[in-house]
Amino acid sequence: MSFLERQLEDPVRFRRLKRWFIIGLVLVLLSEIVLPLVFPGDHPHDFRFESIPAWGALYGLLSCVVIILASKLIGKLWLMRREDFYDD
Amino acid sequence: MTIEWVHPGLLLIVGAWVLPFLRGRVKRAAMVALPAAALIDCMLMTRGTYGAATLLGYDVVFGRVDGLSLIFAYVFSAMALLGMVYALHVEDDSQHVAALTYAGGALGVTFAGDLLSLYVFWELMAISSAYLVWASRERSAVAAGFRYLLVHVFGGLVLLAGIVIHASQTGSIEFGNMGASSGGLAWSLILVAFLINAAVPPLGAWLPDAYPKATVTGAVFMTAFTTKSAIYVLIRGFPGTELLVWLGAAMAIYGVVYAVLENDARRLLAYHIISQVGYMVCGVGIGTALATNGAAAHAFAHILYKGLLFMGAGAVLQMTGLRKLSDMGGLYKTMPKTLGLYMIGAFAISAVPLFSGFVSKSMIISAAGEEHMSAVFLMLTLASAGTFLHTGLKLPYYMFFGKDSGVRAKEPPTNMLVAMGLAAGACVLIGLFPNLLYSILPDTTVHYVPYTVAHVTITLGMLAFTALGFFLLLAHLDPERTISLDTDWFYRRGTTGLVRLVRGPLLQLEAFVGGIYEFLLRRPVFAVASLLRRFDSRIVDTSLVGIGRSTQTLGEILKRAMTGHIQHYGLLMGAGVLILLAFAVFGL
Repeated sequence: MSFLERQLEDPVRFRRLKRWFIIGLVLVLLSEIVLPLVFPGDHPHDFRFESIPAWGALYGLLSCVVIILASKLIGKLWLMRREDFYDD
Repeated sequence: MTIEWVHPGLLLIVGAWVLPFLRGRVKRAAMVALPAAALIDCMLMTRGTYGAATLLGYDVVFGRVDGLSLIFAYVFSAMALLGMVYALHVEDDSQHVAALTYAGGALGVTFAGDLLSLYVFWELMAISSAYLVWASRERSAVAAGFRYLLVHVFGGLVLLAGIVIHASQTGSIEFGNMGASSGGLAWSLILVAFLINAAVPPLGAWLPDAYPKATVTGAVFMTAFTTKSAIYVLIRGFPGTELLVWLGAAMAIYGVVYAVLENDARRLLAYHIISQVGYMVCGVGIGTALATNGAAAHAFAHILYKGLLFMGAGAVLQMTGLRKLSDMGGLYKTMPKTLGLYMIGAFAISAVPLFSGFVSKSMIISAAGEEHMSAVFLMLTLASAGTFLHTGLKLPYYMFFGKDSGVRAKEPPTNMLVAMGLAAGACVLIGLFPNLLYSILPDTTVHYVPYTVAHVTITLGMLAFTALGFFLLLAHLDPERTISLDTDWFYRRGTTGLVRLVRGPLLQLEAFVGGIYEFLLRRPVFAVASLLRRFDSRIVDTSLVGIGRSTQTLGEILKRAMTGHIQHYGLLMGAGVLILLAFAVFGL
């Protein structure tokens, strides 16, 4: 059984993996809020919305949710067809 | 005599025909040597104009070598090399010849200094790449290949029309910035032809239709050349065209929306080509030095990582025979190398820091920022999240992890893994040392620093929380066994409407016209005809019969004279001679 398989199949290790994912999220969020305060010089100020704390994380999550839900909605209402749609 | 310049495209197009005559190791060596020679040829080139000639009174230039043509030439020949390594195990010479011709055509477009030679190579690309779709020899692939070819032949005709009008208006076929004739008919036609090849919606449905049907190795070539040579000609001819900003931004999102709905692995990746090319089209539209440099840089990085992603999905297709995500799952257990290499491509396309997409895509987004185009900036950033969502999370999740399908496939042949490894190496190298790429960009005055604290933290925040969104909404993302309508509907199903039109209203119209015809033409004609017939039978026939009968009677009389006895004939002749003598003597 390979390393990856052990991490994913064993419930204890999988829970640990999940915990690391959440810790990673928190670290990323904190670094996005704190580091621009430490290095104020190189922050791009092309737009006002970029100065919202944790802008990247917020917009990333929002984008992801909007893309999935909006696309599925368009798909269900209009675009998605049976696989044999074009077969006669 | 020294040869000052060898056309690398010609090297591939002509050299390809050597392959069918070689066998075994020699052939495989030649398959690698040809694109390698083209790459070295490009790297040794010095800037200038070569291969100029006069054709039909116009100046054609086969070798315009400058910063812009060189960066595209490097990556086209490098990708030809990677693609050939990936295809080394394929025992089908026709595919290799087509692939090298295709790559050669792309190089020909890149170095063309005039519209006429550009057109020739443009068409060569269309035909040779269509073969790569047909070569998988499935019924659906043959049909898709014909649709692909028809779209590109149409695009080629539009281009030719534009060139002819442009040449007659300006008296020149030189290919440079077309801005001077902006808004004119020639300008519009040439732009539309370029947009068709760049797969800009609504003219781009050919791409997700044809690419997933191509052979495993052929698709790898297709991802590189057609759309990116279109980006090259757009940068050359149409920088700063505002329409392209909005088309590009919309295109980036369009690809992402379709990728949510898609079940076929390679078609999902094909929709992400459209999305990524959207960034480049947008960069061309913004038109500043940073933006066009960004478009060129992104094309360079994109060719390598998209090639890698198609190689990964192709490896899975080759080893499992599976195309649909809904049939896969659990492949990580037996294909960990493929998974690892695929993920490098996925990180590169998702613009994860330290991978190539991060240093190229951000140039275009920053250019939108510098120009204070907030809507474009937000659209492109949204599409970035979507890119990671699909190529970085959805596709690998359902292909390699997810519900175990029980399929236990082996790793692909070594040459495929080597090609993927080389492409992955390039993605990481560009990500780690962006100056390698920046130093060959066309505009050398631009200085761009991708690795700033803010840029890295914002990007990581965006990616990490996209991943969070993915796992929270995982239930909504399960691939469904459907296909999605796209603008190819118009030429696949729109014709059904045409047939219905023909069968319904057109048939009635035909009956109506037929009635008028019957009344106005057929009946009078018949009346005249019967009159003529009567004249014929009464007068002409009767006289002919009369002549016939008299001839027959005469024949009967003569027949009686023909007795067959020699003495009768002698008697007649004697009588005749006596009569003649009588005439002579009596002087009648």
